[in-house]
Amino acid sequence: MHCYHGTDPKHGAMTVSHLDTLEAEAIHVIREVAAGFGKPVMLYSIGKDSSVLLHLLRKAFAPAPPPIPLLHVDTTWKFRQMYALRERVAAAPDITLLVHINQDALAQGISPLVHGPTIHTELMKTVALRQALDQHGFDAAIGGARRDEEPSRAKERVFSFRNAQHRWDPKAQRPELGHLYNTSLATGETVRVFPLSNWTELDIWRYIRREGIEVVPLYFAAEREVIQRDGAWLVIDDERLVPRPGEGVQRRRVRFRTLGCYPLTGAIESDATTIDALIDELVHARTSERQGRMIDRDPGASMERKKQEGYF
Amino acid sequence: MAATDRDELLRLVICGSVDDGKSTLLGRLLHDAGVLPEDQLATLARDSARQHPNAPGQLDFALLTDGLAAEREQGITIDVAYRYFHTARRTFIVADCPGHEQYTRNMATGASTASLAVVLVDARKGLIAQTRRHSYICALLGIGQVILAVNKMDLVGFDPTVFEDIRRAYQALADELGIARVVAIPVVATDGDHVQTPSSRMPWHTGPTLLQAMEEAPIPQPADGDFRLPIQLVVRPHQDYRGYAGTVEAGCVQVGDTVLVQPGQTVARVATLHVAGEPADTAHRGQAVMLTLDPEVQAGRGQVLASADAPCPVASQFACQLLWMGDEPMLPGRAYNLLQGTGRVRARITAIKHKVDVHTQAPLAARRLELNEVGACNLDLDQDIAFEPYTTNAAMGGFVLVDLHSHATVAWGRLDFALRRSANIHWQHLDIDKAVRSHAKAQKPLCVWFTGLSGSGKSTIANLVEQRLTTLGHHTYLLDGDNVRHGLNNDLGFTAEARVENIRRLAEVAHLMVDAGLVVLVCAISPFTAEREFARGRFESGEFVEVYVDAPLAECEQRDPKGLYRKARAGLLANFTGIDSPYEPPANAEIHLLTAGSPPQRQAEQLAGWLVKRIVP
Ligand SMILES: Nc1nc2c(ncn2[C@@H]2O[C@H](COP(=O)(O)OP(=O)(O)O)[C@@H](O)[C@H]2O)c(=O)[nH]1
Repeated sequence: MHCYHGTDPKHGAMTVSHLDTLEAEAIHVIREVAAGFGKPVMLYSIGKDSSVLLHLLRKAFAPAPPPIPLLHVDTTWKFRQMYALRERVAAAPDITLLVHINQDALAQGISPLVHGPTIHTELMKTVALRQALDQHGFDAAIGGARRDEEPSRAKERVFSFRNAQHRWDPKAQRPELGHLYNTSLATGETVRVFPLSNWTELDIWRYIRREGIEVVPLYFAAEREVIQRDGAWLVIDDERLVPRPGEGVQRRRVRFRTLGCYPLTGAIESDATTIDALIDELVHARTSERQGRMIDRDPGASMERKKQEGYF
Repeated sequence: MAATDRDELLRLVICGSVDDGKSTLLGRLLHDAGVLPEDQLATLARDSARQHPNAPGQLDFALLTDGLAAEREQGITIDVAYRYFHTARRTFIVADCPGHEQYTRNMATGASTASLAVVLVDARKGLIAQTRRHSYICALLGIGQVILAVNKMDLVGFDPTVFEDIRRAYQALADELGIARVVAIPVVATDGDHVQTPSSRMPWHTGPTLLQAMEEAPIPQPADGDFRLPIQLVVRPHQDYRGYAGTVEAGCVQVGDTVLVQPGQTVARVATLHVAGEPADTAHRGQAVMLTLDPEVQAGRGQVLASADAPCPVASQFACQLLWMGDEPMLPGRAYNLLQGTGRVRARITAIKHKVDVHTQAPLAARRLELNEVGACNLDLDQDIAFEPYTTNAAMGGFVLVDLHSHATVAWGRLDFALRRSANIHWQHLDIDKAVRSHAKAQKPLCVWFTGLSGSGKSTIANLVEQRLTTLGHHTYLLDGDNVRHGLNNDLGFTAEARVENIRRLAEVAHLMVDAGLVVLVCAISPFTAEREFARGRFESGEFVEVYVDAPLAECEQRDPKGLYRKARAGLLANFTGIDSPYEPPANAEIHLLTAGSPPQRQAEQLAGWLVKRIVP
């Protein structure tokens, strides 16, 4: 059997570009989840990685609709433009999107502004995620984390197992050889799966450009009303964030490299209003991506600790 | 420094022993390639100053790569860390691997996706045991090229003869291991000599720098081969669409091609094709595809769609090489799940031909494989698989073994060739078969397998059940584990290996009896899931009933009908189940009897009543 090699720049040629390789491997992983688990879910956080993940989810099953629902663990403090994109995604006929909020914490009025990033994140993200997974009985959760984000992520397997308490034991990870993924679970175990493990921030943006994937406009530079707090530029997204005395509201050309809860996510000054400019900026970037995240500024191995406790 | 969307990707693994300077070299490489962000550099400078108050201003690159708290505390690398960077010419994924022997399975994880290994040695020490072990594992996994980085050249006075001796020694090792291409480079990781820029202190080295060598290393292009698509899943959104999803592992396919569903004889034509979600006419190796077949056929996960002109070989017995990664040793005869391609089948190692001293490549006699040992073994599967030898196609010839109880991944292996043994020992066809025999007995044969702690009540209940079934006119036999040890199994002790063999023989005898048309009641502690699953696998579905006789350990110990618990507690009996040897409770037993608090007569009565429904034709 021999084939004619087409000249289609995306699929035909023999030399395979690294984006094609990353795409094919991620689709392979998503399909392994669909085949290997009884009740999988895809965690959807509305950020750029989630947008790529959703695109790959659709590709993995096309022309059929994805058999895996999306779950947004909502802290109620996302940017308004994020909620707008989430509603557009939820309205798509092929997508089932579930939203979970930690109602107990909401009733207690937990807020990042009052209780600080650590308690807010613990209750509205870590605990909320555990609640949602337990409530629905999901045995596998696909997430968009990448190994280039943070040192303890760099050590995590693509299929990362959690015990019944959702704890990660970094010292007892299963060997993972080539593309042979062992998907069998011991009683009570669940798994987090990271199809984008081997993607970098730059890969994500190149892929978004190549595929024309919709992302939240906050990733692109625009004049925005900001205040400076704790060394970060915060965008005032609604009336809940009240400037303190001395925090003058300024108009600055800023954009975000990552998106989370708006009072906890710092913007960077940038002129990158288009995706080409953004990629160009990244290629020459001299700071790392999660620098704008308040929650990551705890000392030392904080992410590892959060993950052991069940943070995604 | 701008890579393009169409970069090529090179995956490499870096291995070296503790203190050889691996983390420093990697950090230096990232630093000199200009890919360390400023905030990471600032953190590094701060951490370096804190760790080394006596060396102000010096960067300790090792701090960059050890990402786990335990690693920083112990100052060692436990698990593989992945690093990503690109130069103007290439995108790299670097797997930074631990050096300690105890973390070999993590090292193998990192090496399993790499097509190039950077092997680091300390110029003062030359080749050491770790160098040989890492190189052996890399070669076993199929990595065909090595960059030998001879580090700490400053500590041997930049002496070219030291370098040349090490290079020559490593070349000899590479030749033995079948590593085809070696590029040796003398470096000083702390100062960056020959890392990114050529060193004026070692002008005698005229070869490439480390970064150049990484940029120039050929990316292996596997021979295109014949079309192979292991089916990952069948996608059926509605009646009119039945798509087979998977990744092309060799060759290519076009709409209209004829494919064979393997194992099996069914052929069909490719009707439609999607590549990464888009309609396409052709799909190549490495692409994620979805295709439909005409006519619609029965095919599923674990099967392979292969070129009908050149299908895969199909077999169930193999010669293989195994890297054992389980904390428990590998025992010949024990059942494991084998994952290969997209399939999962039951497997046993039937023989360890020898294990390998990975430092000298010498074959050694062995009865079991311990953690991190490599052995040449024979493998027996309970059904045929479509495969290719690992050297032909790693994706079709690589496998892992999964423990049936813990579900841990306990081994990686490579299929070398199919054994023809099964083809030479023919199954003698008999005119009178099980169906005829069971018809004559007016009963459906059955194996009832009682498992549980010593003293849990297996024999008591089985005895009562047998009495009841015989009264009802059924032809039974009670096979008691203890009794069989007086005859057939009188050569077996109580080591883990002997227990596995004990159960294997019990299962085989029970199987013969079921073939003879009998209802067999087997009583054996059978503490391990793997052996019980092996026994189950010997029978047709519906012919095997697992009965878990469940009594609390304290209760069994208090009953102690044979005085064995007392002996075990006194230290007179080693490997006694429940005391110093584990019991793995069944997760999927057909019958779960809680014996505490209910008389055995009542339990036996109920069980017999349930069994009769299975036995009466
Ligand atoms: N109370 C109670 N005792 C039982 C039960 N089954 C067995 N026994 C007692 O436990 C002891 C051990 O039983 P045995 O059949 O020898 O256990 P085996 O070693 O598992 O075969 C005997 O004295 C039985 O009478 C039960 O269901 N309830």
